[in-house]
Amino acid sequence: MSGTDAGGWFDALFDRDLSLVLVVLAVIYVAYVLAGVAFGYGLRGQLNSIANLTFYVGVFGMLALALNLHWGYTGLFNIGIVGFMGIGIYVTALVSKPPVAEGGAAQVGGFGLPLGVGILAGVLVAGLFGLLVALPALRLRADYLAIVTVAFSEIIRFTMMSRTFQSVEVPTALGLRADTVGLGGGGGLILNYTDPLEALLRTVFLWDPYLAFLDLVQQTLIPNNPKPVVDGLLYGVMLLVGVFAFYVLLTRLGRSPFGRVLKAIREDEDVANALGKDTDRFKLTAFVLGAALMGFGGILWYSSRGSITPPSFRPNITFFIWIALIIGGAGSNTGSFLGGAIFAGLLYEGPRYVKNLVEAAFELGDAPRNFGEAMAGFASLDPMPFVLYTLDSVSQLRLVIMGVVLVWLMHNRPEGLLGHRKEIASSVDLSRPSGDGTTDAPAATDGGETR
Amino acid sequence: MSLRIVGAGRCVDSIGSAIREPVSVSTETPRFDALEVENVLYVDFTRCSEECYHVSIADTYGRYRQTLAGDPLAIGVALVVLWMVLSLVSGLLSGGIQVSSLASLVWDGLLRGLIIGLAGIGLSMTYSILNFANFAHGDYLTSGAFAGMATSYLVAGISENSVGPLLLVGAGGSVFGGALGIGVTTAPLAVVLGAVVAGAFAVLLALAIDRIAYRPIRDESGIALLITSIGVAFALRYLIQFVFGAGVRGTTAAGSVPRVNVPMLDGTVRITAHDIALVVVAIGLMLGVHLLLQRTKLGKAMRAMSDNEDLAQITGIPTEQVIRTTWIVGGGLTGVAGYMFVLWKGTLGFNDGWLLLLLVFAAVILGGIGSIYGAIGGGIIIGLTASVSVIWIPSEFGRAAAFVVMIVILLFKPEGIFSGRTTA
Amino acid sequence: MSDTDEEVVSPTAASESESVADEGESVAGEGESVADEGESVADADVDVTTDDAVDAVATDVDVDGETPLEVEGLRKTFGGIVAVDEVSFDVEAGTLTGLIGPNGAGKSTTFNLITGMLEPDAGTVRFNGEDITGAQPHEIANRGLARTFQIARELEEMTVLENMMLAPKGQSGETLWRSVLPFTREAVEREEAAQLERVWEVLDFFEIDHLAEEYAGNLSGGQRKLLEMARALLTDPDMLLLDEPFAGVNPSLEKRLLEHIHELREEGYTFLIVEHDMDLIMNNCERVIVLHQGRVLQDGTPATIRESEDVIEAYLGGEV
Repeated sequence: MSGTDAGGWFDALFDRDLSLVLVVLAVIYVAYVLAGVAFGYGLRGQLNSIANLTFYVGVFGMLALALNLHWGYTGLFNIGIVGFMGIGIYVTALVSKPPVAEGGAAQVGGFGLPLGVGILAGVLVAGLFGLLVALPALRLRADYLAIVTVAFSEIIRFTMMSRTFQSVEVPTALGLRADTVGLGGGGGLILNYTDPLEALLRTVFLWDPYLAFLDLVQQTLIPNNPKPVVDGLLYGVMLLVGVFAFYVLLTRLGRSPFGRVLKAIREDEDVANALGKDTDRFKLTAFVLGAALMGFGGILWYSSRGSITPPSFRPNITFFIWIALIIGGAGSNTGSFLGGAIFAGLLYEGPRYVKNLVEAAFELGDAPRNFGEAMAGFASLDPMPFVLYTLDSVSQLRLVIMGVVLVWLMHNRPEGLLGHRKEIASSVDLSRPSGDGTTDAPAATDGGETR
Repeated sequence: MSLRIVGAGRCVDSIGSAIREPVSVSTETPRFDALEVENVLYVDFTRCSEECYHVSIADTYGRYRQTLAGDPLAIGVALVVLWMVLSLVSGLLSGGIQVSSLASLVWDGLLRGLIIGLAGIGLSMTYSILNFANFAHGDYLTSGAFAGMATSYLVAGISENSVGPLLLVGAGGSVFGGALGIGVTTAPLAVVLGAVVAGAFAVLLALAIDRIAYRPIRDESGIALLITSIGVAFALRYLIQFVFGAGVRGTTAAGSVPRVNVPMLDGTVRITAHDIALVVVAIGLMLGVHLLLQRTKLGKAMRAMSDNEDLAQITGIPTEQVIRTTWIVGGGLTGVAGYMFVLWKGTLGFNDGWLLLLLVFAAVILGGIGSIYGAIGGGIIIGLTASVSVIWIPSEFGRAAAFVVMIVILLFKPEGIFSGRTTA
Repeated sequence: MSDTDEEVVSPTAASESESVADEGESVAGEGESVADEGESVADADVDVTTDDAVDAVATDVDVDGETPLEVEGLRKTFGGIVAVDEVSFDVEAGTLTGLIGPNGAGKSTTFNLITGMLEPDAGTVRFNGEDITGAQPHEIANRGLARTFQIARELEEMTVLENMMLAPKGQSGETLWRSVLPFTREAVEREEAAQLERVWEVLDFFEIDHLAEEYAGNLSGGQRKLLEMARALLTDPDMLLLDEPFAGVNPSLEKRLLEHIHELREEGYTFLIVEHDMDLIMNNCERVIVLHQGRVLQDGTPATIRESEDVIEAYLGGEV
């Protein structure tokens, strides 16, 4: 009896999206805080970890949502995500970086336009490349599209790395502020434009109050340079707002005739065609929108860094986002976000956090330099070298864990957490309209008399 | 051409009535090993309507040669090739491009292409017989390379170094490959053993992974298997990094490998012993695969399965056995290819296979999925493209050029250049 | 003839039994009285109360002239095999025309050629006077030519209601920005509400309203056929191509379906039906076209067909 009650309550939880999201987030955050407290992690460390966690929850959430539009709704198998992300941030950098003459140590500059313009440009160009990729590749079946998109993202990376586009002198005759622009080649670009957080706060006239707030924090909680910590937390909050915006957009899109056609295309494109829908147009629109969103996600992700370099844009990140989507359940927007949050909390940040905690709590020696030395300890029944080595390599090991988790998921629960949940694609409730046929709207039903 | 039609379902009689040639129609299920099968027409009768007519005949060269004349893609490619040839010739004549450097590039591309082709055979086979794109394939290559190199290090260095660092292929700078003198001429035993172990290890690995990761979901869609293979790739690659470290190590002392400077008009082309070794091994293996597929029963079964698994099951081909053979042959070839690759280029890192993977995909698609000769031919073309393209475009875009070729093929002719020849 | 349950029997089994039945029946039909011809099942059984439902379902059928569909010289080869060979016929407005033929005669291929899913190697298709040869399937559907599929292709992960709401043409909400931006979304919602009314009425007409919130994947074979037809109807077509709508459907449901079709025909819809069930075609269609080996063998009234020796031989002989 209580078993079914508990089961029913659990199911009810799953039915209410908001409560589910809050519960999952709460569990992850509480786990982090408790672990931190248990290991005696200092306040600064704790706050930094929370900020990091929020950051990754935010970016993975946003990107998983964007991928859900491609794959969960329209059935487009896109593994070139990181390419669009890269385009977004590189274009923003190109547009908004100050010219070399004004930019300090940077060897390559930009056009010096306001950050808002840069971000808009980045999103638009990412969408444009989405168009470029989708136009020819629309008709391809899923695995071929996968190969084309990953080849595309690698070509983008080669372009970023290339010497040809590394730096270009802008002719002074054009009368622009910019002197040398480019993609920076193998060294990448220093993001020496205005810090996005500062730019945002200034736009809403909250910059000075923010500084005052920082003073307060300095006096009470963190006496020693609180700005990076608070900045991190605030940026994380900003990302969560971004996630929310993505979510609203995509849910509205999903619950509409447009979304309905997308779902139909994923299921059986021929049927959609036979019903008069120009499926090419729908797929194109969905792909371009998703690509633009991925560009935006990339901008938000990398703007928090001081610089960007081509190695950051290897396909690994694309696969992370895919794992996040599979965990959460492709097809469900709430599921996508949850997948991103769980992936960020447990698989991406989690292992590193554990490592930080353990290292902070225990006095550990130096880790062995290689596997051989780590194994050597077992000869004398001492597991410590191996443990130390494992801890030290946790960045790699979490990738092994991710791989195993993905395989396990595909075997046992390919629909993820919420993928089984079908979200009705309509802007109105589809139950039988009440009344006897007389409605407010003029009767669009019969055509009149019988012939 | 006389055809023997095999199949079951409602359309059998319709095929018979539609084909105007002398033909024998049978709805029995012939035992494969009892037949001398020359040309077998496999038709999927189990689906209805016009798909009754989708025939996959074992050779359709003639048809493609006919359509090539009026093909817009062919015309476009011809124009591009024409431009390339013209600019090449003018460069050669004016002295801007040296014949010897061109020859060096071609040689380099050829060797690279052989490796890609070898690895591609396995990928092509699994893609067509198991119906999914195996994104972990590159990491099979890396695994074979590491296993083989560990063996070579062990054999070459056991007298002076301890086992541990040798097995870890000098992880963390504990042993330097150059110092061990691994090379075809300096330590032939080490190399031979290394290649053998590379192949064997890759085979065992492929079989184990198939049993653990792929067999449980054998009948799922190609996409589900693709995603699973991504998980396998992650797990495998980073396990290798965990064990062997992230560093790229030099495995041979480059200077010690005997080389010949072949004079070529205005310069020389350098050919090393490892180049020759690579060519010998690659051709030998390819010949072996050819014999396997053409002369043995199992080979014929593989060709059949590559066409249509359901039908193959009806005709009594033991599919699990064929699948196992696919992994064995494909895995073995890939492992050896990985080892030869590392031996040839002289360095070893955990990302080597992954970096090669897209090029291998390009080769397989170019050649037509399921076609062995296509994989080899496609590999050579891709290798040449990546290498020789520096004549026309900046060198950092060499690989990009190969990718562009693949994308163009996928868009216009996804069945590949050598399509129509299935698994043969 | 057909099975007793509504499940769609696997095509192989169904066809084998049906083709045997067909052969038997056509022989027997030779001796049957001419009185069969002209008797419409619908006349005897039309329920008066469904008239309103029919009104609700039928919209103005806009048919240009006497022959909305004209097919001429259609030809299609697959890798050396000629599937459709110089097929020409016209379909007259407001009629039920049957398209029959032995297995693999090219019926579904012809459908696919007409509806744009395949491009013909030669020949033309004209609908309502306009040339639609080789046009995209969605363009053709938008001109008023709807089709159903042989194996009912429901969008399984979507509910019956979603399937139905998908069908109507010209939904403004199918443009992305209209569905997303605040003011325009309200207009979309109003449009959807109005559409919903019609959807429920069509569901009532086909008597599958009790299944409205079911996922289409959970429907039985016969129910799927009904959904297929209901959905096609919601596209406001002028003409419907039905590809084996009665395959695997039990007799009582078949009767109901036929009634619906006849009612709709009286509203002015034109039907071209591919079927294996000879009896059904002979008893319901005004005109029958027989395909054999990709060619039109005979084209005429059911009586003509019944007496045609060529047709009998085609069904009985099956020479390879």
